[in-house]
Order: sequence, then structure tokens, then C-alpha cells
Amino acid sequence: MVFVDSYPKTSKIVRSEFIVAFVALGIGALFGVVQALHRTGVFRGFVSSADYYTILTGHGVLLALVFTTFFISGLFTWAVANSLERELPHRIAWSAFWIMLTGTVLAAVSIIGGIAGSPSILGHDLEADVLFTFYAPMKAHPAFYIGAALIIVGSWIGGAAYFKALWEWREDNPDERIPLQTFMVLTTMLMWYISTIGVAVEVVAFLIPWSLGLIQNVDPLLTRTLFWYFGHPVVYFWLMPAYLVWYTILPKLAGGRLFSDPLARVVFVAFLLLSTPVGFHHQYTDPGIPSGYKFIAMTNTMFLLLPSLLTAFTVVASVEHGARQRGASGYLSWLRDLPWDKPAFSGCMLAGLMFAAGGFSGMINAGMNINYLIHNTIWVPGHFHLTVGTAFALTAMAISYWLVPQITGKKLRQRGLAVFQPYVWFVGMAVMSNAMHRAGLAGIPRRTAEPTYDEFAFEGVAGTVGEMRLQIAIGGFLLFVGAVMFLVVMADTLLARRGGTLSVNSNIPEPLSGPDHSPRILDNYKLWTAIALLLIVIAYGPPLASMVADGLLAPGSPPIPV
Amino acid sequence: MQVHRFEKVWLGAAILLIVGFIATIAYGSVGVGVGMVDDSGGQISAQAVQNGNTGTQFDDPGVYQESEDHYVVYVVARQFQFVPGSGDTPIRVPAGANVTFRVTSADVTHGFSVVETNINTMVIPGQVSEVSARFNEPGTYGLVCHEYCGAAHHTMGGSVEVVPPEEYDMQQENIDQSAADAQAGEEADN
Repeated sequence: MVFVDSYPKTSKIVRSEFIVAFVALGIGALFGVVQALHRTGVFRGFVSSADYYTILTGHGVLLALVFTTFFISGLFTWAVANSLERELPHRIAWSAFWIMLTGTVLAAVSIIGGIAGSPSILGHDLEADVLFTFYAPMKAHPAFYIGAALIIVGSWIGGAAYFKALWEWREDNPDERIPLQTFMVLTTMLMWYISTIGVAVEVVAFLIPWSLGLIQNVDPLLTRTLFWYFGHPVVYFWLMPAYLVWYTILPKLAGGRLFSDPLARVVFVAFLLLSTPVGFHHQYTDPGIPSGYKFIAMTNTMFLLLPSLLTAFTVVASVEHGARQRGASGYLSWLRDLPWDKPAFSGCMLAGLMFAAGGFSGMINAGMNINYLIHNTIWVPGHFHLTVGTAFALTAMAISYWLVPQITGKKLRQRGLAVFQPYVWFVGMAVMSNAMHRAGLAGIPRRTAEPTYDEFAFEGVAGTVGEMRLQIAIGGFLLFVGAVMFLVVMADTLLARRGGTLSVNSNIPEPLSGPDHSPRILDNYKLWTAIALLLIVIAYGPPLASMVADGLLAPGSPPIPV
Repeated sequence: MQVHRFEKVWLGAAILLIVGFIATIAYGSVGVGVGMVDDSGGQISAQAVQNGNTGTQFDDPGVYQESEDHYVVYVVARQFQFVPGSGDTPIRVPAGANVTFRVTSADVTHGFSVVETNINTMVIPGQVSEVSARFNEPGTYGLVCHEYCGAAHHTMGGSVEVVPPEEYDMQQENIDQSAADAQAGEEADN
């Protein structure tokens, strides 16, 4: 049975989530190539340097918030239904979808208003050139903040559908272990609930009333701290779904099975515990925060390496097992015998490989004192284009080649394009990101439309500045081509007629070491949530207390339009 | 719970690596003394900075000599310039002296980064960033606002000019002299 025939209602939800995600990906990628060509000076005819920041805001919000959240909602909906073998509570799931979509439209309209001359809507200029981080006191139209809040509230409601499905399943299966995919989804959602509290408080309690003029001032450091409380865990909200794919689907695509179910559960629990109390590592160079709290965040961040290093082992071991099942041998020559011509497989593998490189540059970011050299330079986008822009985005695209046929019942079209697409993305990212990292070492800042200054010139440490710019432009262009190739395959597949038999199915083989070997305590969500909250209180309690000691809104700043 | 032998070895190596990272960073801050930007700068009203009535040196930002070899540089960052620092008023400090930068914002969040050095801090309204450094090599260093601060953010640069101590003292004398001359002139006019 194909997934769409077994669970037609759930499939329709997944399809809707994916379509919104793909539209956001297309617009976000277009904004991306405009930026790459503009700031490198290759072609500057699209926008003025002042409007560049509107494009940059759109790129960040559409890709890092809309594309990710909708794709993850779709993937999780499929994973829960598939592993619990039941339809998801569709009323809850649909209301989540519509709330998220409303939020997306509000945010997108307020951003695009900036290009359309910022007309005055409801007494406020319709613009939101505040970038993905929207640091106060720079002010956007209230619709931007309301939209962002709705996207997050919608994702919370989506999580309620997964939990309800688990409780219904539990009534029928009182003694069984939670299936691995559902376990991963719920652990990720618990982490997401805990970490989004920060941004929800920032937006609902401070920024919305402040942008509407109901309160005069907000404390820029306090709101910034609440943002970063959420701002790093959100990275794991992007990453853990990629891990779900790498752990549970990739081994099957390689012809094998997962190495160890218990260790996969340990890894996800570690993410739940450690994801949130690390946000201060984005604030190493902030004034007003004692260095001791920065040190605590640094140690927590470093220990977050552990689940990722374990994942590297388990995923590679599982894929190697798959290759050997298919008759491969030798220490490394088994790598040759993997299905590199299957885009779902090659995309996930290349994404994982890039993530290893991104992990290393992330270590530099996390290193409290080495961070001074690269903080807010273009090294940072170089880093997160490897993690979010490849580990997550390429995995999402790759697994769509495998998932979309199952949720539509249609065979994948444009196979030739699909086979090459992950490689185009990989090469584009390698070219762009390595140049960004090197440019960062030369001190070239991120988030700027024209990285040259009247007062001085940058000098490359390795390579010239001109060569780095060219590589960023070429890489950015290749990434745009890669996104278009993906969208053509998806559009053609989604619009095609049903017919023929699918070559893929949603069955997941049993792991080599199954759930029976994992201690039951791993399924004790109450315990892990309590420990996670305790760690957050230790990391955030005293510094937040000292920030609000002088008043919640002081030292305050009135809104400043951009 | 079964843990494969290879997994155990890998786990041990991973933990060793992590502890090693933490140890090198701890050594960097305690042993080598790479200080962090922290809360030592204190707080200030951003509106008072904007209006120039804080009652501190931020009302007349510039380089202040605190002692024989210690200089404090007060910098106000605002859309879209550093005062001093931007345009034809570079921050001038002598080579080899201890320099403390005290930086604050008059409006939105800015960045204050001296290119290819460890001087790199956020400038947040209401807070004073304090960073100390010593420039041993004379020369011109680029100064960049690295946090998006509005539509002309990309024009917000500047420079730090590090001059040999002898030259610096001479320039200071000239400045003092011309100030004295100007004062003398004014008195003569009266």
C-alpha cells in the first residue's frame, strides 16, 4: 500500500505543507541570488543598496522561518502517521496549517511593502527591513511581528496533533515502546515548545505593544536576549528533522538498516536537554552580560557536540552496513558501491558531508575567545549556509524526491534533473561558503550591501578579496540554479497524473539493535523536560533577573523606523 | 542497553575532544588573558546619549589620557557614523599604550569591530561596551559597524590610526598649542 492510499487525509495535509514550503523556497532563493550578485558587485541592477536589506529580510524570513517550519511540519506529519500507523487528528493539523499560513502572509506582505514604497497601513508604514533577527529599537510594521508570532503559534498547535496521535495510539498499545520516528518528532517538539517561549515573550509581551505604540520603550538588551534564547535552539529545530531522515530513512536508501535505535534515542534526549541553555554564545560580544554566564553557555555548547559526533558515527556505520549488505567490501571502497545516482540518497549524504564542515566552523563560533576574530563577519553566514542551507535544506530537497511520490501516488518526473540537482547544490555551496569563510577571516562584515569603505580597504588572508567576491557570486548563482532544478522536478511531479507503480515505499526496516535494548527511562518525557528546564534556569535565571532588576522596560529605547 | 565496542571508543574520543576544547578556551581566558566583553561598562540612557546630556565624557566623545600609558576612547555610534572614527576624524592613539574603548549607541544596535584584531563588540542602546587593547604596530586599522543599523548601514565605517608615541606626543602638543593660541587670540580680541 502506498502511503497516500493508507492515509489519504494525512497525505493531503503533508502535500499542503510542502507546497507552501516550496513556494517559500523559490522566492527565498530568488532573493538569495539577487543578494549574491548585488553585494559582490557582479550585477547591481535589481535593487538599490537601501532596498537590499528588504531583500535580505525576505531571504532570511522565507527560508529560515517559513520554508523550514512548513517543511518540518509536513515531514513530521508523515513520520508520526507512518510510524504510529494511523491518520493524524486532521482538524488540529489543519488549523495549525491555516494559522501558520496567515502568519506567513502577514509577514511577507509587510516585508514586500518595503519595496513597494512603504505605504501607510493602519497608521504605520508598511515595511519590515529589520532582518531575520529584528533587533529592537529598529521597528517593523506591527503586522510583521503578529505574523511571526502566528507562524510559531501555528507550529505549537501542529505539535498538539502529534501528541494527540500518540495518546490515541497509547490506548491501543499500552506496553509498546514509542516508535522511533514518533519519539524523534515528539522530542523535537518538546525542545521547540521550551525554546520558543523566549521569542513568544519577546514578540507578544514587548514588540507588538511597542510597535503599536501601547508602550513607549523596550529594553534592547533584554529583547535581544529573549531572541537568542530561541535563536540557537531554532537551529536544532532545523537539524533534528534532518537527523530523523538520516537515522531512519537514509540507512534504508543505502540498502541497510539503522545501527542502533537506543543510541538514536539518547542523541535526541541530549538535544532536548542541551539545546536551549546555549543562547548566550550568540552574545559573547554583548555588553551588559557577565562573562561567567557566557562561559556556562560555552560549556553547554561544546557538550552539544556530543550528540552530533554520535550521529556522525551511527549514520556512517548504518550506511556502511547497507553497502556491505549489497556486497561491498574493503575499508573505504564500500563508499563506491553506494547508490550515488539516487538523488534521495546522494542528497542526504552530501548534506551530511557539508554538515561536518559546518560543524568545524561552528566550533570556532562557539569558542568564546576565538569568536572575537569572526563575530558578525561574513564567516557566520558561510557557516550557517552549511548547516541550515545544506544540512537541512539539501536533506529536505533530497528526501522530497522520496517522499512526494508516496504522498501523491505519482512517480517522480524529470529524473535526470533530480539526479544532478544535489551535486549542483553541493558544488555551489562549496564555492560560496569557502569564500565566505575566508572573507570573514579578512574581517569583511556580514549583512551589508556594499562591503567597501571610504576609510580603508580589506586585504585577504588567503586569496584576494576580488577572487572571493567572484566565488560568492558564482556559488550563489549555482545554488539558485539548484533550487530551480528542484522546483521544476517538484512542480512536474505534483502536476502529473497518477499512474504506474511507485518504486518507493514508506516501510522502515528494523534497526540492528532495536528499541528493546534501550532503557525505558528514555521514554520518560516528564523527567527529561524537568531536567531541561532546570538547566535553563541555571543558565538564564540570574542574568535575566539582573536585566529586569532595573525595570522590564529599562534602559529603554523608543521605536526607530528603518 | 547494548553499546557496541566501536561506539564506546568513539564516545570516549568525542568526550575527550570536547573537554579539550573547553580546556583550551579556559586557558585562553585565564592563562593568556583574552578578556570577554562583559557588564563592566555599566548602563547609560540612550536618549541622554542622543541629546548629549549624559554628564559623562560621552557628551564630548574622543580620546582621553588617563595616565602615563593609558588612554580611554569614548565613542558614540549613531546612524551612520562613529564619533570619533568615521570620515576625516579617525580615532588616533599612540602605539604601545593601553587603550580602553568605551562605546555606546545613540539610537539602534550597532557593531564596533577593528578589522583583523580581537576588538569586536556589539553596541547596544542603553549599555556601554568596554574593551581594552594595545596596538604595538603603527598603522591604519579599519573600523566597521558589523550589525545592520538601517538603510545606509553599509556606509558606516571608520579607522583607527596608530601612530608612533613620539609623533603622537608632538601632535598632542600642537593641538594643545593651537588651542592655547586660539584662547590667547580670543582674549586678545576682548
